[in-house]
Amino acid sequence: MTDLTDLGIAAIRDGVRAGDFSAREVATAFNARVAGAKTLNAFLVETPEHALAAADEADRARAAGEAPKPLAGVPIGMKDLFCTNGVATTAASEILAGFVPPYESTVSQNLWDAGAGMLGKLNMDQFAMGSSNETSAFGNVISPWRRKDGGNAPLAPGGSSGGSSAAVAARLCPGATGTDTGGSIRQPAAFTGISGIKPTYGRCSRWGTIAFASSLDQAGPMARDVRDCAIMLEAMAGFDAKDATSLQLDVPRWEARLSSDLKGKRVGIPKEYRVDGMPAEIETLWQQGVDWLRDAGAEIVEVSLPHTRYALPAYYIIAPAEASSNLARYDGVRYGLRDLPEGAGLQDMYAATRADGFGAEVKRRIMIGTYVLSAGFYDAYYTQAQKVRTLIARDFEQAWERCDVLLTPTAPSAAFALGEKSADPIAMYLNDVFTVPSSLAGLPAMSVPGGLDGAGLPLGLQIIGKPLDEQGVLNAGLAIEERAGFAARPEGWW
Amino acid sequence: MSVDTRTVKKIASLARIAITEEDAARLAPELGNILHWIEQLGEVDTAGVEPMTAVIPNTLRLRDDVIDADPLTGGGIRDKLMTNAPQAEHGFFTVPKVIE
Repeated sequence: MTDLTDLGIAAIRDGVRAGDFSAREVATAFNARVAGAKTLNAFLVETPEHALAAADEADRARAAGEAPKPLAGVPIGMKDLFCTNGVATTAASEILAGFVPPYESTVSQNLWDAGAGMLGKLNMDQFAMGSSNETSAFGNVISPWRRKDGGNAPLAPGGSSGGSSAAVAARLCPGATGTDTGGSIRQPAAFTGISGIKPTYGRCSRWGTIAFASSLDQAGPMARDVRDCAIMLEAMAGFDAKDATSLQLDVPRWEARLSSDLKGKRVGIPKEYRVDGMPAEIETLWQQGVDWLRDAGAEIVEVSLPHTRYALPAYYIIAPAEASSNLARYDGVRYGLRDLPEGAGLQDMYAATRADGFGAEVKRRIMIGTYVLSAGFYDAYYTQAQKVRTLIARDFEQAWERCDVLLTPTAPSAAFALGEKSADPIAMYLNDVFTVPSSLAGLPAMSVPGGLDGAGLPLGLQIIGKPLDEQGVLNAGLAIEERAGFAARPEGWW
Repeated sequence: MSVDTRTVKKIASLARIAITEEDAARLAPELGNILHWIEQLGEVDTAGVEPMTAVIPNTLRLRDDVIDADPLTGGGIRDKLMTNAPQAEHGFFTVPKVIE
């Protein structure tokens, strides 16, 4: 009998429908897998009973001959940025310690409505601010991958969706939700040899998702392959009147229209993404990706995105500015932590609560955001960054005149060791150099595994698409996936 | 851009984050480095460029002008809203006295 935890979303869905195994067997197998992987620290809360209840409902519906729901029998992991009714939600921050939402986020509700069950809430960088999962208030997530150098140094699973990436890579769940503000789905997917897609801004409702930078935040799926991402994204996306920026569009049938035949498609290679100091292995993989897409029938064209180098500094003005505003709500009054020093007044209570509750990186970003929005600096920093953002979006619009999708590396390196970059904020920020531009332009983008580096660690390739063209992105991803034949997986050392 | 500890303390106060002298001394070069790094944006010629306000063209919708148009975001859920309050009395959030 196959180990059910080796199966992906499509295989579980199809197997439950065919009666090859029951949904309860699947949920039980994954619950055990989660319970046995505490060393990885991927889960903040385990919810085996939620997974079992959804499974029992799937088995009951099947026995009753009801039409199967899209994700019936599929248990998933939920990033702890999504509010879940009755289940503690902290965004991995002390300031939300003890917070139990009395409501459900739209994205998670959509998944439950589609029949999915929840294995637990996944660890992450605090308030989704980080690229290594080291800013969580509840400890680092440890990547299931190890370098093949015998050293066994604990590696970063990427961030901010590091619990999600580690859990999917370690086969603790067949799929997980992620959120992406500047690369938080794609970079961890690349670090752990899995797939993940950030859809066009507005596809997934932000309602009930703890806000970081509202003009950038988008939810998306992280799973083992492109098909699984398409299935899960169909369930997550959709118009929601409760989010003013939700797009009032039908959800396309991405899975049914998957095709790796790229005849007639043009793939752009942005020359500005050849950054100084890029490891040769990443350069080689990128060229390999070009060859794969050409083999799939695509025409390759070189394009220019001249403002690429300004994307990161613009992002590190815009995202902290929005964060400083969004995180003003954590004041110790309505929910979460309250620190009321003896004899303190209201203002002192705010300041003490926020000093205690926020981690160092969150405070750093709130302060940068406060500074760039403060009187006298607003135009020089914030308005200028928003203008540069217009130029970055324009670069992409001009590229779309010459190509249908763009191919780039996902990250400038393979996974680094925990602690290796945490002393230098800017070195950490540079991890998002390839993912931030498409975030600033609101474009759909995905990472798919391409191969391994010399140390045996996964490397990802990124595909960026036109607004609303998730299909084009998924199809190019599928073409790479079929040719890369990526089958490596971490050894179960934990 | 160099940031002094006085500026750090002012930002922290605006952000309502309590910091110590040691925090301020540590944060000053850290924030200075980040601000210096983002200042390269000044090189970009943005004359005549409109600042971006929405990444994907979208129109703001109006909801129906009725009470509780969406029950999830409507009213009448006071007790539910207060279940997470650090301190609540008689259906109110309580805070330290603000008027002497």
